[in-house]
Amino acid sequence: MVGAEPAILDDTSIAHIVAHGHRILSHRTVPGLRVDMEETPDALVGKLIVEAGAQIAQPIHMCFGLAHPTGKQQIKIDVQILEGAQARVLSHCLFPFAQAAEHRMQAMMDIGPGASLTYTEGHYHGPHGGMQVLPHATIKIGKGARYFSDFSLLSGSVGRLDIDYLVEVEDEGIAELSAKIFAHKTDHITLKEAVMLRGERSRGLIKTRVVLEGQAQADITGITEAYAKGARGHVDCMEIVQGQARASAIPIVRVFHPEAKVTHEAAIGSVDKKELETLITRGLSPEQAVELIVSGILR
Amino acid sequence: MPSPLLDIHNLTFEADRHAILDRLDLAIDSQEIHALLGANGSGKTTLAYVLMGCESYAPGAGTVLFDGTDLLPMKMHERARLGLTLAWQEPARFEGVTVREYLTLGKPDCDPEPALRQVGLAPDRYLSRRVDKALSGGERHRIELASVLSMKPKLAILDEPSAGIDMLSINHIIDIIRALKAAGGSVLLITHQEEVALIADRASQLCAGRIIFSGSPHEAVDHFRGRTCVRCDGQLCDYVRP
Repeated sequence: MVGAEPAILDDTSIAHIVAHGHRILSHRTVPGLRVDMEETPDALVGKLIVEAGAQIAQPIHMCFGLAHPTGKQQIKIDVQILEGAQARVLSHCLFPFAQAAEHRMQAMMDIGPGASLTYTEGHYHGPHGGMQVLPHATIKIGKGARYFSDFSLLSGSVGRLDIDYLVEVEDEGIAELSAKIFAHKTDHITLKEAVMLRGERSRGLIKTRVVLEGQAQADITGITEAYAKGARGHVDCMEIVQGQARASAIPIVRVFHPEAKVTHEAAIGSVDKKELETLITRGLSPEQAVELIVSGILR
Repeated sequence: MPSPLLDIHNLTFEADRHAILDRLDLAIDSQEIHALLGANGSGKTTLAYVLMGCESYAPGAGTVLFDGTDLLPMKMHERARLGLTLAWQEPARFEGVTVREYLTLGKPDCDPEPALRQVGLAPDRYLSRRVDKALSGGERHRIELASVLSMKPKLAILDEPSAGIDMLSINHIIDIIRALKAAGGSVLLITHQEEVALIADRASQLCAGRIIFSGSPHEAVDHFRGRTCVRCDGQLCDYVRP
């Protein structure tokens, strides 16, 4: 388990699923949470349901990965957070030796009225690259529900990462999607996140921070569409490009109601000169200053 | 007579063939607060950038000795490590960097709390905050000054330290400038505010890239008020007209 103490696997108050490839190595559930996962030759298929009104006190840990240089892992999962329920999921995706492997996630998430889900996904890769990581999800956020996601890939070289999330938000629902990615070598990052603000007074935020070095490439598309009165959305993308890396950012904002509003900001370039010089005037070397700025952006 | 801490001779900096600093001479002693007055565009901030060694601010001519060392061949971080620093007029914002980190840059063992208290910010409220857009302009200015205080420089260049600070807090800024001196440092104080300039030991007036007057702060303020130029581009100025 990465990003958490291994002892949590023994803690009966903490739910977890640990899977290697298409084999489930360990799992535990807690009251208010139902987990039905099935091993198939092609995928892990299952459901994670938090019962209506249940408040899962401890984060639910999901640890997926491959311990070999090659292989495939496909996960098809339905997540249902029923009315008024609350849960946090910590997903650890671990591929330390992968060189020509694939990790594919297809998720359907349904956050019921007044429910809340915080989904934190951390990826840990080795130095080889050569992987294909393909997380795709459709998320429906009910009336007054909240969804916060935080994707991070800060360790190692991934190879190819292709994220595709579609989020639909009903009345007074909130969706906040955050992604932090550090791409190296020849990594190729494609990130497409779309938030559809269907309901009145719904809120959406897409915040993306990407740092690229070597010959890495990133194409970031943040889409927010507002369809109802009082809907508010914002797309915020920052990419720092070093070495021979290249990046694009495409914010797409559309408004279909006169009382809705969507804003966007995007910045791509090298490390900001003024930030750099400010830190250097305090005695940091240029290299130390760049490191601090980059690590700050990816926090 | 001991040598000045900062000794500038004949410093010239041009941009687009236009002299921004024109054969400038200036000396600042150890533990001296030296106010630099001048109209907008007279070259005050440019002088700060040239002294600090900012990118694209290499002078065309002149010498600068700092604590006996030839400053101009040195890189920016080498100058900072020698004890020279700059508090920026519009300080940068840093996403993700905490106030604690910012006040201990390069000195992880340094206790940031005294400096933060000295600028009137409560450590328990600010140390874990980030030096980002969520801070007000006034808060950011105070944190910039706290960062300079933490560094204990030999010479701090303060570029408009009271900009964006409310009237009631000006005395606080004055206390900070005095604290830098009390800690053994010198200050080159770039300011438009008379009440701030008047705390200096000496003051100079810059016009069209040249020092046209040096004396007591009161004399310099009077001189600045009575100057004949309305623009400091050298065209209307009696002092720099050939």
